Amino acid sequence: MPPGVAGSAVPAERGTSMGRTLAQKIWDSRVVRSAHGEPDLLYIDLHLVHEVTSPQAFDGLRLAGRGVRRPDLTIATEDHNVPTTGVTGPGLPLIGPGSPVTDPVSRVQVEALRKNCAEFGIRLFPMGDAGQGIVHVISPQLGLTQPGMTIVCGDSHTSTHGALGALAFGIGTSEVEHVLATQTLPQAKPAQMAVNVTGDLPYGVSAKDLILAVIAQIGTGGGVGHVIEYRGEAIRQLSMAGRMTVCNMSIEAGARAGLIAPDDTTFSYLEGRPHAPQGAGWEAALDYWRSLPTDPDAVFDREVTLDAAALTPFVTWGTNPAQAGPLTSAVPDPQSLADPGARASAERALAYMDLRPGTPLTDIRVDTVFVGSCTNGRLEDLRAAADVLRGRKVSGGVRMLVVPGSMEVKAAAEQEGLDAVFTAAGAQWRSAGCSMCLGMNPDTMGPGERSASTSNRNFEGRQGKGSRTHLVSPQVAAATAITGRLTAPADL
Amino acid sequence: MDPFVTHSGRAVSLRRNNVDTDQIIPAEYLKRVSRAGFADGLFAAWRADPEFVLNQPAAVGATVLIAGPDFGIGSSREHAVWALTDYGFRAVISERFGDIFRNNATKGGLLPVRLPAAAVSALQDAVEADQDCVVTVDLGAREVRACGPAGGPPLITVAFEIDDYTRWRLMEGLDDISLTLRHADDIAGFERSRADWLPSAAQAR
Repeated sequence: MPPGVAGSAVPAERGTSMGRTLAQKIWDSRVVRSAHGEPDLLYIDLHLVHEVTSPQAFDGLRLAGRGVRRPDLTIATEDHNVPTTGVTGPGLPLIGPGSPVTDPVSRVQVEALRKNCAEFGIRLFPMGDAGQGIVHVISPQLGLTQPGMTIVCGDSHTSTHGALGALAFGIGTSEVEHVLATQTLPQAKPAQMAVNVTGDLPYGVSAKDLILAVIAQIGTGGGVGHVIEYRGEAIRQLSMAGRMTVCNMSIEAGARAGLIAPDDTTFSYLEGRPHAPQGAGWEAALDYWRSLPTDPDAVFDREVTLDAAALTPFVTWGTNPAQAGPLTSAVPDPQSLADPGARASAERALAYMDLRPGTPLTDIRVDTVFVGSCTNGRLEDLRAAADVLRGRKVSGGVRMLVVPGSMEVKAAAEQEGLDAVFTAAGAQWRSAGCSMCLGMNPDTMGPGERSASTSNRNFEGRQGKGSRTHLVSPQVAAATAITGRLTAPADL
Repeated sequence: MDPFVTHSGRAVSLRRNNVDTDQIIPAEYLKRVSRAGFADGLFAAWRADPEFVLNQPAAVGATVLIAGPDFGIGSSREHAVWALTDYGFRAVISERFGDIFRNNATKGGLLPVRLPAAAVSALQDAVEADQDCVVTVDLGAREVRACGPAGGPPLITVAFEIDDYTRWRLMEGLDDISLTLRHADDIAGFERSRADWLPSAAQAR
């Protein structure tokens, strides 16, 4: 039997009179089973699946003779390991002439997902399908992501869905198998952290700049063991796309999940989407959703405050997302860091990035610009980049890739003529996928190449072996493409 | 999963902070659909450097990794755990782990041991000073012991914390899915209580 009464002290049960946070309310409503000395067993309302972290989980099911408990609460897409060129439509062959997938190892992985989804009855959006796209872009777009839900995916950026007030977190492949088999997950209760962003974001400063500043303030491990709730005027004023950008990068501060309380912005985003409730269901859902925001007397384990009004475009200089500063600043001197570990880390980062302390960040030249990813691959992001690029040209020697987050985003962008803005400027207009964010598909950089990228990670080799990444907003990415060095649109 | 009760072996000191899972195993290795055979991908980019700690003779056969804080941050890829275990590691010691990595490790029989910074640093010093130093990670006693003369008291003894449930599951080598399926009735009961307006992924209108 599991360890029971003997052992560590029992945490006091929360009194009913004490306020609860948004995350605690969702948690409490999804507990299937709670037993002393054991993690809570949480029900999972939606499981998102993609080709990279699922094949071993499906194999595990077959090996144990288990099925998928709720294929109707499971949805799959091909995003991480598919090309973004040559995808001319749905139904393309995976093998032989006309297949956009040229790497035989990648082909096997995509085939495995198709076979697994067919065998277990899971709805799949294959490459080229009008509904295909990055897992974290398509679920909100379909209206599948709703406030108060528990959502998991074998991908750390699942925190994106917290933008709609869902408790959403990334899991490993063993947990993917667990959810497929049981539609539940045993989970230890996380601690609660509030990130209060007061004031108004200045003109020209985006959600991406805001979250990069938050990560720089709390560090890559600052949110470990916590879920973050983003609060304050600046958060309330963000669009759904901006909120998704913020919640998306919660994991880069170490947090399991990031949430924003649902409000009218959330409800108007959801209304009328294919999987949103309708009629009486919509009214019932609204009543529930309005009960979710954190109670005024709820207590957070930790609170961090940031002044939005003081923010300016932010950019990373190092090899983790917390190694960042305002674009107007210079590469820091590692010697100025008191902590020996942080100093060594910064020294190593500067050596890898081939940067010298004191160099103004705006002097850093790039050869690649990437606009896309689950962080910044939505229509609003593409509009922001296009607004900067319109009537201008990508600098000679700079390769710019614009990769929509989904085929629906691609179609909507083309409807508005954004594709024409990008191609006229000299950028490449691609089909949907994770692309250069993680360099699993052919969209990679070579050793020593340097990018301004709207993605979420600047780890060593993230965008290709030996590649160097500076994380930026779509606006800064576009301005950088024009000048060939890290640039804010205001300085064009 | 094989039970983990106690493990003794030589250790490698990796003095780097923020070792993300992209470093532990780069994305190009994630195209594989198998659960084994990831040893060649472990720290693939760093191993290209002859000076890297795993390329030193003293590291051959080591089974305990002692790393800087924030080990295993970033991507949820469980391949990082598979790469470490395929290479031969049974335990990783750090001041702090990425949550998803730590969770994945306990599913794959790799013990993540959280110790205060000073203890991690003392262990690294001891291991670097004596390449024959044996580190024992004793889950039963919730204790790490290191170095010292054969048959004599260890040079370092430090206690670590781990929750009772995870410890029990690791020591018994239990599979989470079988444990959860014991509560299939509770799951079915919960499902009957779910609101009918909650979305189904199966069909759109």
